[in-house]
Amino acid sequence: MLEVRNLNAHIGEADSVTQILKGINLSVQPGEVHAIMGPNGSGKSTLSKIIAGHPDYSVTQGEILFNGENILELEADERSRKGIFLGFQYPVEIPGVNNAEFLRMAYNQRRKAEGLEEADPLDFEEILDAKMKALDMDGRFKERAINEGFSGGEKKRNEILQMAVLDPALAILDETDSGLDVDALKIVAGGINRLRGPSKGIVLITHYQRLLDYVQPDFVHVLSGGRIVKSGGKDLALEVEKLGYDWLVK
Amino acid sequence: MDDATLKNAASQAGDTPAGVVKGGDDYKYGFTTPVEMESFGKGLNEDVIRAISAKKNEPLFLLEFRLKAYKKWLTMKEPNWAHVQYPAIDYQDILYFAAPKQKPSLTGLDEVDPEILKTFERLGIPLDEQKRLSNVAVDAVFDSVSVATTHKKKLMEHGVIFCSISEAIHEYPELIEEYLGSVVPVGDNFYAALNSAVFTDGSFVYIPPGTKCPMELSTYFRINTEESGQFERTLIVCAEGSYVSYLEGCTAPKFDTNQLHAAVVELVTLDNAEIKYSTVQNWYSGDPKTGKGGIYNFVTKRGKCLGKKSKISWTQVETGSAITWKYPSCILVGDESVGEFYSVAMTNGFMQADTGTKMIHLGKNTKSSIISKGIAGDNSSNAYRGLVRIGKNATGSRNFSQCDSMLVGNRSSAHTFPYIETGNSGSQVEHEASTSKISEDQLFYFQSRGIPREEAISMIVNGFCKDVFNQLPMEFAVEAQKLLAMKLENSVG
Repeated sequence: MLEVRNLNAHIGEADSVTQILKGINLSVQPGEVHAIMGPNGSGKSTLSKIIAGHPDYSVTQGEILFNGENILELEADERSRKGIFLGFQYPVEIPGVNNAEFLRMAYNQRRKAEGLEEADPLDFEEILDAKMKALDMDGRFKERAINEGFSGGEKKRNEILQMAVLDPALAILDETDSGLDVDALKIVAGGINRLRGPSKGIVLITHYQRLLDYVQPDFVHVLSGGRIVKSGGKDLALEVEKLGYDWLVK
Repeated sequence: MDDATLKNAASQAGDTPAGVVKGGDDYKYGFTTPVEMESFGKGLNEDVIRAISAKKNEPLFLLEFRLKAYKKWLTMKEPNWAHVQYPAIDYQDILYFAAPKQKPSLTGLDEVDPEILKTFERLGIPLDEQKRLSNVAVDAVFDSVSVATTHKKKLMEHGVIFCSISEAIHEYPELIEEYLGSVVPVGDNFYAALNSAVFTDGSFVYIPPGTKCPMELSTYFRINTEESGQFERTLIVCAEGSYVSYLEGCTAPKFDTNQLHAAVVELVTLDNAEIKYSTVQNWYSGDPKTGKGGIYNFVTKRGKCLGKKSKISWTQVETGSAITWKYPSCILVGDESVGEFYSVAMTNGFMQADTGTKMIHLGKNTKSSIISKGIAGDNSSNAYRGLVRIGKNATGSRNFSQCDSMLVGNRSSAHTFPYIETGNSGSQVEHEASTSKISEDQLFYFQSRGIPREEAISMIVNGFCKDVFNQLPMEFAVEAQKLLAMKLENSVG
């Protein structure tokens, strides 16, 4: 469903250009869970943002196909409505905008794009309540402004809630496990496992093996210096955990 | 009557007058109405003022009021301290009286030019009995003249007077003589003096003691003639223990010249009375790409809390006008009286706004709060200017001010000019201010959830303005949100 071919990308303009991705190839099929690991600054977050359509990065070479369609020219919101979801490492705070209203708007945008009827506030509340219960989230989440004053763990859970509501075909989760204690990690992993299924693709970007104990990946890739330096099965993650990245980076 | 200064300007009937901007952007109120107009020649002198007064058959005290204001105006200079720039206005090149030609006295709506009724219908303000809003009474002002006031009978049953100010001058001269100019004196400022000299119509409201006005009252202002100025005058008096909620809306056709709008609004509350005054201002703001045309909105709005425990609350949503110069203020005379100011001012294109409030605390234990939200996009400039003055006898008084600005894009600017003067040590004044920018990361966050950029901006801005929108009556809050979204659509690069 996702084909990344020879992706080269940079950030910045004219004389201050930084090349971040240097020929990435990645193929995710329905039903697969891929983990992307790598040291700080290797380009993991950049890769996820570029797939989601962040306007700050320029793709200089290569292509990204989603269900056979080149999506590089599409705006981020169009990509989202086609079923791509990005869970942020650092979700932004948006003061004044109600969390539940935001979720309903996102949900209805998706429904509209699929030619389905939009949910009214009451219907949506039912959908939302069920998803929140599964993630053990307090009802007050609905009343609060988006991520405003949320703890790190609350923000991450909010990301998983959004994913659950939007039910995307492809979910890319950027360090969703960082900053979580074990209980929160289990809840978040539960949310990811609930999404998992024969029609879904999941890409987990992570620093540590820890999340992979709860969400077993089918493939593991190690990203370093803007390139995928090694790919393998779930055992690769264990090796990385044991040996670090140095032996792969050289 | 000085007939020499009267001339018939019927040239607008039929075709579109020269200078009307066609097509283009999305100001949907930018049409003109072909009606036969009657006006005096351009320019201002004592004869024109006498002619206006005579034409309206006014009592002597009002003519004197006008002449006094005019003499004062001649000695005054246009204020230049506001953070706005515009070419000098030629006050002799303005029509000071423009009215739809009609029979001298209207007995019913069937005598109003059907074109005008159609205009208000297109604006969403139906005036005829069957279609009018059931819970809102409307006074419709077309150029200089009030053309219709609805629901009069029902209001009269409660003793509420709601009519054009011209009518009030004839029917209730003692109220007019007592209160007109009592809040904004004839020589208060340059534009107020000009208004006092030449105002041609506006609305008058009187709520009798102990009465809660049974419905929302509203005035709808429409400038139609290209070279006319609009100088309307509104006076609202709330007697002891009474309450009214009043709404004001404004639109104008698109011309590539500028029109001057110099209104005066005076509010008076006696003991325990309350006035809630809400404005949604959407005058034509000029061409968003060139800055050509648009309304100069130079308005003086002031309320006097004369009585004990009385309250005046201003809520404004300013989304239009090429230039806005406007400071709805409260003079808190009565002990324990309360003044409030809630404002959203949104500028885009080449608009300039210098707006805010004055809270003058004179009585003991008086309270005021100010919440101002400024949003600046494109090449616009948006300034908050506010004065909080606590008099030396106003002990135990409190003010809270919060002024937030939000920038959209890189070429706009926001400014805050707070003035605080405290005359005694037993009072408390708090001021908070912030400036923020809609960040690319916030927009990306929305977009990554499938919400298009424009809707994301509109959601963020509406969230930013929520504290003010909450103050508006329900239907108007919805209207205001839509208006803001519409205006913002083209502001984001």
